[in-house]
Amino acid sequence: MRPQIHRAPIAVASALLLGVFATSCSTEDPTESPDATESTSESPDAAESPEETEGSDEWFDQAVYDEQFEQRSATFEGDPEQPYLQYIDGEMTDTSEFASEGAKKACFANASISNPWRQTGWITMNQQLEALQDDGVISEMETRDAGDDDNTQIADIDYFISEGNCDAFIISPNSTAAMTDAVERACETGKPVVVFDRGVETDCATTFIHPIGGFAWGIDTAEFLIDNLEEGDKVVALRILPGVDVLEQRWAAAEKLFEENGIEAVDYFTGADPTKIKTIITDELNKGEVAGVWMDAGDGGVAAIEAFEDFGAELPVMTGEDEMSFMRKWEETGLTGLAPVY
Amino acid sequence: MSATTTNPAVLPASEGSLLQRVLRGAVTPGGAVFLLAAVLLVAVVWINPSFGEPPQLIRFIGRTAPIAIAAMGQYYVIVAGEFDLSMGAVVATQVVIAGNYIGEDESRVLPALLLMLLVGAAVGLVNGLATTLLKVPSFIVTLGTMLALGGLVRFLTGGAATGNPVDTFREIGRGGIQDVPVLDVLPYPVIIFAAMAVFGVLLMRSPFGRTLMATGDNPDAAGLAGAHVWWVKTRAFMLSSLSATVAGILLVGYAGVHPSVGAGYEFQAITAVVLGGVVLGGGRGWILSAAAGAFALELLFSFLNFQEVESTWRASVQGLIIILAVAATARAWSFGRRPSSTSTPPSAPPSTPTSTPPSTPTSDPVPPSRPAAPAPSPTPARPGTETGEN
Repeated sequence: MRPQIHRAPIAVASALLLGVFATSCSTEDPTESPDATESTSESPDAAESPEETEGSDEWFDQAVYDEQFEQRSATFEGDPEQPYLQYIDGEMTDTSEFASEGAKKACFANASISNPWRQTGWITMNQQLEALQDDGVISEMETRDAGDDDNTQIADIDYFISEGNCDAFIISPNSTAAMTDAVERACETGKPVVVFDRGVETDCATTFIHPIGGFAWGIDTAEFLIDNLEEGDKVVALRILPGVDVLEQRWAAAEKLFEENGIEAVDYFTGADPTKIKTIITDELNKGEVAGVWMDAGDGGVAAIEAFEDFGAELPVMTGEDEMSFMRKWEETGLTGLAPVY
Repeated sequence: MSATTTNPAVLPASEGSLLQRVLRGAVTPGGAVFLLAAVLLVAVVWINPSFGEPPQLIRFIGRTAPIAIAAMGQYYVIVAGEFDLSMGAVVATQVVIAGNYIGEDESRVLPALLLMLLVGAAVGLVNGLATTLLKVPSFIVTLGTMLALGGLVRFLTGGAATGNPVDTFREIGRGGIQDVPVLDVLPYPVIIFAAMAVFGVLLMRSPFGRTLMATGDNPDAAGLAGAHVWWVKTRAFMLSSLSATVAGILLVGYAGVHPSVGAGYEFQAITAVVLGGVVLGGGRGWILSAAAGAFALELLFSFLNFQEVESTWRASVQGLIIILAVAATARAWSFGRRPSSTSTPPSAPPSTPTSTPPSTPTSDPVPPSRPAAPAPSPTPARPGTETGEN
């Protein structure tokens, strides 16, 4: 249908080759390294994470945008034999002040494991935990899963601070603004704090490991759609939820590029609910032709494609994520798509 | 109720010609919702004409069928004076069961359907027995089952999507009879919805339906009249859970397997029921009005989709419009009764007397208080559609 037809495996491979999203910079102290459990990461320089909170472009930060724009084509640093420890030009934090003897207890406040990406990360993390336990670095890791709830996670962090007997905190924040105070309280204990994935509005953490999958994701996906569509085409943007910095940055970048290139984009929050996704797409198709679908994360990609099928409309140019369900559907339908690896 | 005690030859609500009855019905909340749905439909078609083409319209009915079926299920419970908050969780559970148990194995489709119906009936039974025999308020019981089932879904899936079941199973919610004249395609969900609606109407006219209505209106009186209140209510809960199960089966096909399928269904269903003029607290309302409420709600959401309301405050707009819509249908009711309260003696009988006497449901032992607060009662505390018309 469209001039360029990717097959799923090829696309995955090419996305990997582009090396777009797996980026890192871990800060390790051999004796005190709970953070080694999570390794795809980036610069500890958390100064770049706080977002400007004013105006309509609340989540758009030109400096970070430019930086991630560059980082898309950066080469990895670190041992290629251990790709999970590689990173993109981040500074290493000096963690010698935390040097200590013996196995330590790590406390992990996780936002949730409610999507395939987080589940994969959780499995990986546990594998690394086993390795570190064998090395005698970590005695145990106590994990609290907040189940996508800000309040639960704040309570989890406070529990760790007051009763957890933790030697180090690992926090994967559920949302950006809400978790800031709790992370600051953890910092005040003087113990090492590792924040990873989504950010918070403070740079008190010892290490901030984050993907460049915010703006960089938005740029790559938007550029793909722009390349494959004509000016004036309509794109439906399916967003999971508001208020998460990574997801907001993806949309901020994409929205900017769509605007600049004359692509008409309309965005919806779906909560990853396939029923909603299907309804939205069907309504949009009723309204007129939809040439492209942009997603801020892959969850629900299949429902979006099925909405086109059931409507009898031509399949859109689509950006999703590297999820098996989307890959299979992609291969089956042969649509023009992109699945960034993050 | 009072109609049966005074024993007139004809129920007041059944007087007059068909046209008169329809007009009178239209100004009750249970009727106004049909007007509301019609107005919304016109509005949607107005801004987006292609929506009005039969193939698109029938698809819209198809995709609204699950929530309309859920609303009809919720109706049984609400009209019996209870709530069922576990609906959304039941939908999610059934969806996950379908995804996990059937998988790619086509021979498991029928056993799975049986299993899902059994699970649905069991959840309803637990809800019903805990409410009636253990005397736990249904709001709390079903909140409990909602959390318990939510936990089960989380446990089974880890919170992330699992694979879809075989396409034959999904056909129920996704497919339809092809090459139908005019409509182009007749989706199976439409047929299932129609069957459920007919079943519901007949059921509410059966002795069980009458008893259910009486139980919701005044459980004590119903009990004294010989009804097994606990069993009647328990069956209402089972009907609700089974409706959620059917909705779940359709949603597996329509949307696919994801733990978030069914999220918010209980509140959408309750909103639809209220929008349909069914009285929270029980004893009043027409089952098809509940379904019409669901359609009005979906039309409203589609209307907002077509208007491209900013995504960040779309939910607020929805909430406000729902409040306005419910308020508007309540007003429709008071318009309908205003003439009857002024020109009471000659031609008032329509619905006023039938609605007011039982207005204080359980505790009204002092008859003299009755004349003090007669028909006008401006607050539509317990308005409703015609008592007998269910």
